[in-house]
Amino acid sequence: MTKQILIVGGGLAGTIIANGLCRQLRSELRCSEVSITMLGTTDKHMYQPGLLYVPFGRIREHELFRDQRSVLHSCVNFFVDPATQIDIENRRVHTQSGMTHSYDYLVIATGSRLRHDAIPGMTEGAHWFYDLEGARKMRDALDAFEGGKVVVNVNAPHKCPVAPLEITFMLREHFKAKGILDKCEITYTYPIGRLHALEPVAHWAKPAFDSQAIKYETFFNTKSVDPAARTITSEEEVTLDYDLLVTIPPHSGAQVIMDSGLGDGGWVPTQKDTLLCGETNNVFVCGDTTDIPISKAGSTAHFEADTIIDNLTSLILEGRMARKYDGKVFCFVETGLDSGTYVWFNYTTPPNPGPPSQMIHWFKLAYNRLYWLSARGLL
Amino acid sequence: MPERKTVDARGAFCPGPLMELIAAIKLVEVGDEVEILSSDKGSAKDIPDWVAKVKHEVVAVEERDDHWSIVVKRMK
Repeated sequence: MTKQILIVGGGLAGTIIANGLCRQLRSELRCSEVSITMLGTTDKHMYQPGLLYVPFGRIREHELFRDQRSVLHSCVNFFVDPATQIDIENRRVHTQSGMTHSYDYLVIATGSRLRHDAIPGMTEGAHWFYDLEGARKMRDALDAFEGGKVVVNVNAPHKCPVAPLEITFMLREHFKAKGILDKCEITYTYPIGRLHALEPVAHWAKPAFDSQAIKYETFFNTKSVDPAARTITSEEEVTLDYDLLVTIPPHSGAQVIMDSGLGDGGWVPTQKDTLLCGETNNVFVCGDTTDIPISKAGSTAHFEADTIIDNLTSLILEGRMARKYDGKVFCFVETGLDSGTYVWFNYTTPPNPGPPSQMIHWFKLAYNRLYWLSARGLL
Repeated sequence: MPERKTVDARGAFCPGPLMELIAAIKLVEVGDEVEILSSDKGSAKDIPDWVAKVKHEVVAVEERDDHWSIVVKRMK
């Protein structure tokens, strides 16, 4: 009997897992002992971290995309046919086209989505760069902007935890290069009582903000935006005026997770060490989709994916799990348009960001290209 | 009786217990509770500080062997 592996989601997590399994189970795939099927929502694969550069014209849009089939190993049966119902009890997944896929092993990697619509006025009044349409609009807004009050507003939960700091530093340098910095006042808002969730990063960011005259408002959880009055108000009852509002919108998980009753907010209850869904022994969860209290970031998904590849391979070949996920996360942090640093941590090792340098910025730019090797399971 | 959702944020460096609470409390109904488990001693102060600012209610703060349990009721 062919062991059927079904991967729901064609983003970074699902793609790395599919390609990694193809490498490790090459013989089994060749003699049809194993099959791998992926259900995606689009035939394009996007390098999401590249969106950070779009508002500043520092990356070409075509560099963000590849055809998903060209990124996937040829052994993967890929369908652009989004899952509409995941039935774990009966080991079946139903799709938009009316297909039903059964499985022996399931990987749920449906990711997260922006919910600017969850906050009154945000869709109309704010700019964001977390999707291509938003990043294009923000680019146009920056082109037209000649100075004023800029608010960089961060909401929870959100993916890519350092992106809010990066966009703030990059905005300041953009205004400086444009010659309008003296006409700009930047205010950064954050949901908790410091500038970043990671305490060492917050300690590093505060003097950097102070030295660059970037203002901040902590304990700021957005209640509403008034596009006509150009104000943003928090649940903590603070109101800020703005001329340009850049937001990191709150996120939720995929609708299919909610529709399938798999988890509140679209986040699937996941065991932090095994990455198994709840009490199951054949359903893995990867990337933003998990409810693990850990950063929602591409690197998280990548390191989780590596663990799942090993464990799924081991389960199929040896009937046992291979290893545990140690909670590793690694993030580059752009500290301007030509400098950067990085931070890494896991479940037991706290983060400790080093001093920014141009070299690390170049590494980040190099990774923007090398990503396609990661997605293919080569790096 | 209010429903109570527990979030185990022990050992979480990022986004950390308070961010987990902020995300979780959006998903419960007004009147329901979120219990957050945190091994960060700062949570025993940070979380009540935020709860007071945003006008929710701290139901209980309990120090256990190696972590804190903080229960917050959503009030609005």
